[in-house]
Amino acid sequence: MIVRKLRFINIINIINQFWGTSIACEMEYPINLYIESISVIGNLAGSILILKLLFGEGQELGGWDWARSLIVLGFYTLLEGFTISLLQPNMKRIVNQIQDGTFDFVLLKPIDSQFILSLRIFSPWGIPSVICGVSLIIFGLSMINWSLSLLLISYTIILFLCSLIILYSIWFIVSTFSIWFIRVWNANEVLRSVLVSGRYPISSYPPVLRTILTFVLPVAFLTTFPAEAILGQISYKILILAVIFSVLSFFASRIFWKFALRFYTSASS
Amino acid sequence: MSVMSIISVRNLSKNFRVSKKEPGLIGTFNHFFSRNTRTIRAVDDISFDIQHGEIVGFIGPNGAGKTTTLKMLCGLIHPSKGLVNVASYIPYQRTSSFLKQITLVMGQKQQLIWDLPPMDSLRVNASVYGLSDTEAKNRIKELSEMLDLGEELYRPVRKLSLGERMKAELMASLLHRPSILFLDEPTLGLDFNAQVRVREFLKSYNKKFQATVLLTSHYMGDINFLCDRTIIIDKGKLFFDGSLKELTSKLSPFRSVRLELTKPYTSEYFSQYGELVEFNPYYVELLIPKTSLTERLSLLLDNLPIKDLEITDPPIENLIAKMFTSNKDVL
Repeated sequence: MIVRKLRFINIINIINQFWGTSIACEMEYPINLYIESISVIGNLAGSILILKLLFGEGQELGGWDWARSLIVLGFYTLLEGFTISLLQPNMKRIVNQIQDGTFDFVLLKPIDSQFILSLRIFSPWGIPSVICGVSLIIFGLSMINWSLSLLLISYTIILFLCSLIILYSIWFIVSTFSIWFIRVWNANEVLRSVLVSGRYPISSYPPVLRTILTFVLPVAFLTTFPAEAILGQISYKILILAVIFSVLSFFASRIFWKFALRFYTSASS
Repeated sequence: MSVMSIISVRNLSKNFRVSKKEPGLIGTFNHFFSRNTRTIRAVDDISFDIQHGEIVGFIGPNGAGKTTTLKMLCGLIHPSKGLVNVASYIPYQRTSSFLKQITLVMGQKQQLIWDLPPMDSLRVNASVYGLSDTEAKNRIKELSEMLDLGEELYRPVRKLSLGERMKAELMASLLHRPSILFLDEPTLGLDFNAQVRVREFLKSYNKKFQATVLLTSHYMGDINFLCDRTIIIDKGKLFFDGSLKELTSKLSPFRSVRLELTKPYTSEYFSQYGELVEFNPYYVELLIPKTSLTERLSLLLDNLPIKDLEITDPPIENLIAKMFTSNKDVL
């Protein structure tokens, strides 16, 4: 038990060092910091404006009214925050490190390589999105006189964690392909554009697309399902399905990673 | 496999598939649609053992397979054939207890965070290797004294000189106190003073912690100073395994004799003693076969007014370069 505790403290300590140094790196270039801040604010303003254009008062989109659609957008923005802070910088780094050969140093560390690659960088630029996402959700809920329910909140948290894990696993699998093809950054960009479809409720898409976005590219799991959960519109079946799906996708990413490492040839000196 | 050896390599081979591309747009187009691949053998059936605490030099021309071998030894790539055993581990399994015992330093790649001072990278590594704060502090202090690094540890890496950066890189690679060091051209690009510093540090690290070192370098100075034993490979094959002295005597059955004279002589006079390398009326350099060195030297001493005499082996760089370009049957 003591050993376990120590290990947990160790992991916290490692993440602390990883994220501390990556934030310090961002701070080394103050001008870049201002430019990034402006870009984050501009992006968010754009998102809300598009939604506002799509909805007039009293109009509906796939059975979702303005307030409830804001909640979906809130979850999307929240997810985007995590993407900007963690997924994007780390996955980009995998591709770069494999290309320039510094990936060797990752493989020579005595801790899990997937752990290092997934959590090495924390970029603070996702934080505004996380704050705005949460604010949008709260704002949407207040518009429909939502009453506080701990059960619904815990459902929502579970579903959102599942959505994070699913998104992470898909992204990690795509990045893993760089072991063979070296440059797969474009594939990541395609993935990112598909995810944008999660901005709007899944039922606002035609039936065929809806099926694809639920089961092939699990965009529905990412934003619509957590939004449905907090609105109390979700069955426990979906909850169980999401948990199973996320666990499976996580293990798939791990197995695929271990498999891919056998083919790593290391860049020449 | 001998019981004592800490590194054991048996019939090790590694094949790579490489693709060939013709230059120009058409070449690129063809290359994109049908890759012309062929298999090259980077390492070809090599075997050797290294004992605990040894410093072994690993030399050969560019592309000889040195780095590939090092990478197989530290588990970065899987061998195509053969067995590798390092400290009783199979390297490519990369167990954490194995990785805690080894380190790889590459002169051309760095793990230090470019924008931050080395101290930050050191703290990251300390946490990754699970060192406590006090442990990390003590080791940083110890290594920085050995390497003569002070306030450089608090300056961004991008503002350090190449020599300082290499020293900091060594610190980051040795913080976990590995007992087996794989060094791939650690002195690459360094000026003479920095090279000497790094060499001396490696020797003292080896003494202090009884570490085993396998080192590649293109500078014979490194090998001469550090290694009692040298392994030479070329085109993936092992050509020599022994001391540099042994290599010299095998490669060159001559010794170089330099004479300074008090009276001028003509060059013809010396042809009876050996092969003339350099000549001016007061200074002569001769290559004399080792077998007849003693008798010819005594003749020279008897017959000539010699002011100064020096006997050395011909420079090792020249011998090795000659070996790689000419036939290698000498070994």
